[in-house]
Amino acid sequence: MSKPKVGVFGLTGCGGCQLEVLNLEDQLIDFINAVDIVHFTEAISEHSDTYEVALIEGSVSTMHDVERLEHIGKVAKIIIAVGACACTGGLNCLKNLYGTEKAKELVYGDKKGWIDAIDTKPISEYVKVDYFARGCPPTRSEIVDIVRSLIVGKTPEIPSYPVCVECKRLGNTCLYEFGMPCMGPVARAGCNARCPSVKSGCEACRGSIDDPNVNAQKDLLSQYGLTVEDIMEGFNLYNACVKIEQKTK
Amino acid sequence: MATNLNIEVTPLPRVEGHGDLVLDVKNKKIEKLQMRIPESPRFFEAMLVGRKYTEPSHITSRICGICSVAHTFTSLQATEDALGVKLTEQTVKLRKLINHHECTQSHCLHVYFLAAPDFLGVGSVVPLIKTHPEVVNIAVNMKKIANEIVRIIGGRAVHPITTVVGGFTRIPSEEDLLRVKEMLLSLYPDLETSLKVLKTLKMPDFERETEYLCITNKEDYALYSGDIKSSDGWIIKPQDYLTKIKETVVQHSTGKHCSASRDSYMVGSLARINNNFSQLSDNAKTYWEEFGLPVPCYNTFINNIAQFVEIVHCVDDSIRLIDELLENGLDEAKSVPDVKPKAGRGVGAVEAPRGLLIHDYTYDNDGRIAKANLIIPTNMNYANIEKDMAKLVPEIIEKTEDEIRLACEMLIRAYDPCISCSTHMLNVELINK
Repeated sequence: MSKPKVGVFGLTGCGGCQLEVLNLEDQLIDFINAVDIVHFTEAISEHSDTYEVALIEGSVSTMHDVERLEHIGKVAKIIIAVGACACTGGLNCLKNLYGTEKAKELVYGDKKGWIDAIDTKPISEYVKVDYFARGCPPTRSEIVDIVRSLIVGKTPEIPSYPVCVECKRLGNTCLYEFGMPCMGPVARAGCNARCPSVKSGCEACRGSIDDPNVNAQKDLLSQYGLTVEDIMEGFNLYNACVKIEQKTK
Repeated sequence: MATNLNIEVTPLPRVEGHGDLVLDVKNKKIEKLQMRIPESPRFFEAMLVGRKYTEPSHITSRICGICSVAHTFTSLQATEDALGVKLTEQTVKLRKLINHHECTQSHCLHVYFLAAPDFLGVGSVVPLIKTHPEVVNIAVNMKKIANEIVRIIGGRAVHPITTVVGGFTRIPSEEDLLRVKEMLLSLYPDLETSLKVLKTLKMPDFERETEYLCITNKEDYALYSGDIKSSDGWIIKPQDYLTKIKETVVQHSTGKHCSASRDSYMVGSLARINNNFSQLSDNAKTYWEEFGLPVPCYNTFINNIAQFVEIVHCVDDSIRLIDELLENGLDEAKSVPDVKPKAGRGVGAVEAPRGLLIHDYTYDNDGRIAKANLIIPTNMNYANIEKDMAKLVPEIIEKTEDEIRLACEMLIRAYDPCISCSTHMLNVELINK
């Protein structure tokens, strides 16, 4: 695909993933020259409804999101989900845990009838997603890699191993040794162990690996005096919409 | 000449988030003027309920990618206030450094990438790559340095990692800070060039005096912490914000509207300069004077210039902070958190790039949030934006519809509204019935 027309869209989210595209800095001007950006509300006034590739940030949290996403799904040939909210529903799913109706009432009181809000879901619940740039936010290089791969016609490589592999490669001391919970053993890598590398437990913002060894994680937790509940609470931060199947031993 | 206008700008471009402007004029009289905010509501006040004291800063950081640092610090302050946690001078100075450079990064994005195209008559920064390469390069470089500083100290440019309740998970090394200082010193020629270019831009002639709110303290030009100050002559502790600031739900916006002494007020760079000008660095004051601007200044469009002057201040003040940190020597032990959960209420107040930000948490005995209230700068500005537009539109009603539409968009953009933040985006709708 040469010089594809690209649209950057935001559903319900913080705009941080779109910001990471603007934060490409050294690569930003090359990026703008390599693709034809026809829609990017956060950065340009012009907008077009003809594009091949859609980069979508944010989760589906309103009926308005559903309408927009279904429209984008009809126009775009390739859909890239950018960031935790688009990929897994992300942190917005915490609202589902609280209860959407209850949340409307808490925040908007007797005016809750004015508010359009539905249970949060990842975009893959509504459209076919071709590639996932995971993370909160994804790394800039990963966004560029996916788009670059598409231009040269190869499949982008997304790691399917856990964050622990990256910590080992970097020579990080395991955070369990400091008594800190960490989702590293089951969380999908690709961020170069960004959080554990600065002594902060992995929060699995990239979701879990395809086939997480939940039992090994449980053993590890009990070895360090932690429980599954401790860790699930952390896992829920970005993955409350996702169910992890627990295999029987 | 526009006697009847029906302008709808949906969505309002080059703002962070989603907003629409609706303007309906009949026989030169405004029938309807609304900034509609259809951005999806996020319900952070609900998401926070039941979460452990270690988590709110990570959760609320995700309110906004552009001011994730400000949310992080406001959240940490609220938690630390509630749990009675005291911080060392080192921790506070390192936090100020990160906060300064989120401010620089955000101002840089707004002034050069989002607002400047209006003044140069183009629709985005893209054509400027060809016509004004030197300015685009300066902007890219300045933004890169600001992001790099947040990354070096905070662990990541968007949604910082190292900043936790009571301190840092990891502090930078002295070499890191020396490297940051080098980067900052390299910015001065770029600031000079920017000053020359910005001075050539014609700011629209518009004035409307309003109430200006920001934080203030005795030690410095308040960006990280302080009491809440109004240009109407009062100062209150952050904990007492509810005695002055009122929030109301309005039908056309998922972002609530705010008022204090009057029916609207303004927050952001212009409010801070109007209230705390004397505490800017001497260099930043000189920059302000170069533009020939008064203090206080009542032209909302000048908020763009105020942001640029704050970039100068943040660069100057960061160098001062780094020199002081290096003089005292960095010590990891001074930033190790020591926190015990307890019940109580705490309030944090920080100047986000676009204005005053307040988080208010009540914790239970286990250190879990029972109740949370967040007041976001863009929400605070909505009512004031509508009041500004109601004054601006009749003043320019003789112009063409396109000119009026652009002027309205520029006015809204001058506030640097961050609508994802206020939970809520921008779209100008001129209605012609």
